[in-house]
Amino acid sequence: MFGPLICKPGSSRSNKTGPWRTESRPKFLKKNCIACNMCVVVCPESCIKGEGKNTYDFDPDYCKGCGNCAAICPKKDIEMVKEG
Amino acid sequence: MTKTLFAPGHTACAGCGQSMAARLVLDAAGPNTIIVNNTGCLEVFSTKYPESCWEVPFIHSLFENAAAVASGVESAIKYLGKADNINIIAQGGDGSSADIGLQALSGMLERGHNILYVCYDNEAYMNTGVQRSGLTPFDTNTTTSPAGGTSAGNLRPKKPMPEIVNAHGVPYVATASSGFGQDLQRKVKKALSIKGPKYIQVHAPCPLGWRHETNMTLQVAKLAVETGLYPLIEYENGVISGRRQITPKPVEEYLKTQGRFKHLLNRPEELKKIQEIADNNIKKYGLKAEAQQV
Amino acid sequence: MKELLEGSMAVAEIVKRCKPGVISAYPITPQTHIVEELAQIVADGSLNAQFVNVESEHSAASVVLGAVAAGVRAYTATSSQGLFYMAEVLYNIAGMRLPVIMTTAVRAISAPINIWNDHQDAVSLRDAGWVQFHAEDIQEAVDLHLIAYKLGEDKSIMLPVMVCMDGFILTHGVETVDMPTQEQVDKFLPPYKAPYKLDVENPMTLGPLVDPDYYMEARYALNETHKEALALIPKLAAEFTKTFGRAYNGLVEGYQLKDAEKVIIAMGSACGTIKEVIDELRIKGKKVGLLKITCLRPFPVNEIYNALKNVPKVAVIDRALSIGSFAPLYAEIKAVFFGKTKRPEVISSFVVGLGGRDITKDSIKEIFRLMNGKEKQAEFIDLKPELLKESYD
Repeated sequence: MFGPLICKPGSSRSNKTGPWRTESRPKFLKKNCIACNMCVVVCPESCIKGEGKNTYDFDPDYCKGCGNCAAICPKKDIEMVKEG
Repeated sequence: MTKTLFAPGHTACAGCGQSMAARLVLDAAGPNTIIVNNTGCLEVFSTKYPESCWEVPFIHSLFENAAAVASGVESAIKYLGKADNINIIAQGGDGSSADIGLQALSGMLERGHNILYVCYDNEAYMNTGVQRSGLTPFDTNTTTSPAGGTSAGNLRPKKPMPEIVNAHGVPYVATASSGFGQDLQRKVKKALSIKGPKYIQVHAPCPLGWRHETNMTLQVAKLAVETGLYPLIEYENGVISGRRQITPKPVEEYLKTQGRFKHLLNRPEELKKIQEIADNNIKKYGLKAEAQQV
Repeated sequence: MKELLEGSMAVAEIVKRCKPGVISAYPITPQTHIVEELAQIVADGSLNAQFVNVESEHSAASVVLGAVAAGVRAYTATSSQGLFYMAEVLYNIAGMRLPVIMTTAVRAISAPINIWNDHQDAVSLRDAGWVQFHAEDIQEAVDLHLIAYKLGEDKSIMLPVMVCMDGFILTHGVETVDMPTQEQVDKFLPPYKAPYKLDVENPMTLGPLVDPDYYMEARYALNETHKEALALIPKLAAEFTKTFGRAYNGLVEGYQLKDAEKVIIAMGSACGTIKEVIDELRIKGKKVGLLKITCLRPFPVNEIYNALKNVPKVAVIDRALSIGSFAPLYAEIKAVFFGKTKRPEVISSFVVGLGGRDITKDSIKEIFRLMNGKEKQAEFIDLKPELLKESYD
């Protein structure tokens, strides 16, 4: 007999951490983006995706609203706006 | 969603420097990787049954034995003849690597196992509530080294882990930072291309424990490097082979960003001591960038 | 093939024939000959294995944990202080359901420091979740290692197993041993096939954090599996008998129990001495017997009950203490019979042979004599009262 022992890979995806956001969320302006990919590099939730200039956006199901993407964007093309 | 081996849905705090770093380490290593993790924030927020954010084989045993368990995994992989194709990464926080797990780490290094050990240095026992560890910097306010009427915080400097590891005679030792993600990934890839024991210590800001805003993680990490308090260096076969050069900023710029240092801002004698630590690092590792010729 | 072998050499030889892929070694008296012999075997190329000289017993256990988790059969050995140092890893291995096989050269526990044989170390770890066998002689020690691998690695069991052999007495004693051949071992023990392991082709997470909503079931399952092991052990022992000829039950062994009026319950090498005394007393017409407990965990409640329910006087020999309470084996034996209509009239507790104090034939005869009287509570045999003092000032 076996009990709870092993987790399946990537099973955390069923835990949507989007509801953690209480204050702010990122807004991807898609105006001056140079596709440097830094927002993708820094996001702790791996929830930013993009391929080419002005195509980057975040996944609201997982984003915790930490704001590091907006802080790192060299073109200030990401703004933190009120969650609402 | 980004293509990654570190899935979303983990329960790290928003803005956690360690989750940023762990993701970058894993994605740099790729899918042919086995992760062995000590108990700590990373293990707890990434593997709460039945959910796991790891898309690679992962094992957690106890608080202090990742280096030893990884030695067993590496020996098994060697026995199976698969050693050339599989990366084995042992991971732990500063407490589990420099304190309680130092013995197991030392044994792994001495025996020459082909393992990369990554120490996520958030400078305290964060998972248990911000208690002081051997890597807590001088004068830091933690719950077991609190600032008070007769104390300016932690009495001791950081245990020199990169030097200690380097003294074991291993082929590659490096320090890295969550604030320099691409540099971290470069170092991981470099380490994994070398046979033998490797060590990378990653400075990982903790918004909760260090008391800073969640969107300050990267800036705080960068300031630690830019003040000279967290030198980014590489050792190869015992000698320093690379360092990140800086135009040094005064330590106060770093300290004032975090609540864990705010008791120092009106104690100039303490600030002087910390500036001395930074200055010594800058001198010792040759961190000061040469003046630009215009 | 029958050979004259030192116990440690015999164990090293059977372990070699079981073909572990990873062996971890940290030295502690009196286990050292086992790991030294295995090191030589590996160095000579007689066994293809990774031999890892670890820096502590905690790491010795952690290394074999990692190896078995990666799907490779592993082995280590320890004793006394080393067993205690790796204690948290042992509980961890059992909870993670990894079939690590380990020899414990049972030895007394510090303080005071003592390197000689008693059962305190292994008995203190009986709660860890490991299957725990105790060998009477070197032949049994060899055979139990083979059964241990087969039992532990069974897909429905997946438990770690500890084979205990009395330190010095069995590790350093020399006896005739019928060593199973490689062909026989290969036939009895198939290669280890892990039902779950660290594999890049099939990733999974081992050792997650389990909160109150899930933890109890993991522990319940571990406990239930020990019951399943109780049922499987005699079957494996019967299969063993078919291949090797030597008869084992695997759980208990009764000696001269049929019409016994006084029976001693014991574990380990003392049983050999007890059997000799029984033979002598039987010639004199005394109806005495022995119930040897081979398997301490899982605890063979039914086998013990059925063997002794009609015996009027029973004495439990403990070679360990549970300081401040009943001797450990004694407490468990009493629990077997409590509330039953058919049970011994008297169950006495004797403490013998701590820290390597010799258990002689006279010691056993004294116990049989004392069994004639009232029920004894933790009666220490061969104690020297002149060494005891009231205070130190």
